[in-house]
Amino acid sequence: MSRRVLRKLINLAALGLSVLATAVGLFFLGAILWTLLGRGLAGMSTLLFTAMTPPPGSSGGLLNAIYGSVVMTLIAILIGGPIGMLAGTHLAEYGRDSRLSAVIRFVNDVLLSAPSIIVGLFVYQLLVLRMGHFSAIAGAVALAIIAIPVTVRTTEDMLNLVPQGMKDASTAMGAYPWRTITSVIYPAARSGIVTGLLLAVARISGETAPLLFTALNNQFWSSSLNAPMANLPVVIFQFALSPYPNWQQLAWSGALLITFSILALSIAARFAVSRLGPGGQR
Amino acid sequence: MNTAAAIDPRHAAGQRLRERVFRAATFVAALLVLTLLGGVALSLLQGAWPALAHFRLRFLTSEVWNPVTDQFGALAAVYGTLVTSLIALAIAIPVSLGIAIFLTQLAPLWLKRPVSIAIELLAAVPSIIFGIWGLFVLAPVLQRHVQPWLIDTVGPLPLVGRLFQGPPFGIGILTAGIVLAIMVVPFISAVTRDVFETVPDVLKESGYGLGATTWEVIWQVVVPYARTGMIGGIMLGLGRALGETMAVTFVIGNAHRIGSSLLAPGTTISAAIANEFTEAVGDLYTSSLVALGALLFLITFSVIAAARFMLLRLERRALSPV
Repeated sequence: MSRRVLRKLINLAALGLSVLATAVGLFFLGAILWTLLGRGLAGMSTLLFTAMTPPPGSSGGLLNAIYGSVVMTLIAILIGGPIGMLAGTHLAEYGRDSRLSAVIRFVNDVLLSAPSIIVGLFVYQLLVLRMGHFSAIAGAVALAIIAIPVTVRTTEDMLNLVPQGMKDASTAMGAYPWRTITSVIYPAARSGIVTGLLLAVARISGETAPLLFTALNNQFWSSSLNAPMANLPVVIFQFALSPYPNWQQLAWSGALLITFSILALSIAARFAVSRLGPGGQR
Repeated sequence: MNTAAAIDPRHAAGQRLRERVFRAATFVAALLVLTLLGGVALSLLQGAWPALAHFRLRFLTSEVWNPVTDQFGALAAVYGTLVTSLIALAIAIPVSLGIAIFLTQLAPLWLKRPVSIAIELLAAVPSIIFGIWGLFVLAPVLQRHVQPWLIDTVGPLPLVGRLFQGPPFGIGILTAGIVLAIMVVPFISAVTRDVFETVPDVLKESGYGLGATTWEVIWQVVVPYARTGMIGGIMLGLGRALGETMAVTFVIGNAHRIGSSLLAPGTTISAAIANEFTEAVGDLYTSSLVALGALLFLITFSVIAAARFMLLRLERRALSPV
């Protein structure tokens, strides 16, 4: 009898602990968002979106950093998106069963979880050293390299969901594979592919490490792609660690801005295709 | 497409040409993914070469990191990287297991999806946010409440006590490990949840049929069945933790030394690179930092490759009939 009670107790304790673990996970998400709201909202004003990053002690905003982040993220997705989609197309259609594709899939998975600071070092060696200076384009390339594996993975997954019958019907009508892919498969998988791109944007827009030694930062307004460019993550990094209260306030406001944009993007992506689970991010 | 066009030889030739171009474009893009990894490895090796040639094995075995005398050894950074990641796993594995159990076995249907999404959103929060949150919120709490308690109660114990001695800095190896733990929980729990879902109901039902409690079914049926996948997920999380940069940079303290206490400041490979790279003067200094990067690449590559290999094997098993 006592053995049965003991087993029941162990069962209760274990299940209780698992509920507790879930609560702990949710607590930290809540705690982080709560802190961001508490500290970030104080600095929310129109100045934030209309003024440049200030020198210590005077008021200013994050306009140049917001602009830089948007520009570099856009360029990165314009480079990385098509490359990733084409590569994903190859893996899902032309080279579905080849040995090489298996290798590429594996390499892509490795790239998907490779440390982003390594990508920063790579682009530094590849572009910054050759060009002789930090630049926005180097930052965009670094972000593109991070976006490519995400897009490859989601594109392949989404193309695989398109029913074989649709492809067969197109082929039976005499269409070449490229015609089938662009006119039948892509439209059928469109929302999934868009979701993948959104996830890629969400992933790269918060990246800091790869920008540290590629785009660096810029105190001033710069729209030249050939010069260092301000961006939210690096500004947050520098301002948060500074001893100046106004810089720290800007860092918190920037953090609030970037986090909630990314969370909104991720949630939007999820609603676009509820079929796509966490697989898109892995 | 009308029949006349389909028969027209010029039209057919145009179609064939476009087919060839499109096919080549997708192939080149796929090859680019392949060369990307090779390019990263080669460029790191090239950049690291001066330092490796200069210090040889000493680079791996020396703890000294002194830009003034141009003496660089990776040991302290490697130690910090490994120890923070191990702390992260020690905390994250049980928590992730708990979350996966809750999501797959306990949660009512209406709660399952929202909780799942919330945990996944934790993975979407940029690492720099974990960094400032860790530095300004978590570290003071640890310094005031948790670390003094650790020092008083665990500190005097033999053996383990040494890990929890010294002043409570707030920032340091332990804090970095805790922040990393929060960051990898969503990854490990997502994979664990997915592999738990693959356990056939028949197996669980036979367990219940024999009179087992829910926990006994989980521990003796579900977990053994899902073990390979779980280890794959854990390794994936480990890969994340090893390479994580910004969050760690904020809370590690950036000291190139190996303290006996976990409460002491330290550094990790990625934190050292993030902190020092743009300020590094001299070829040997820069090259040493790139060499650190190459080392990190090697470590994470092996871990991630092993994890992917395990998950791949699992996928094949899932595809074949049981």
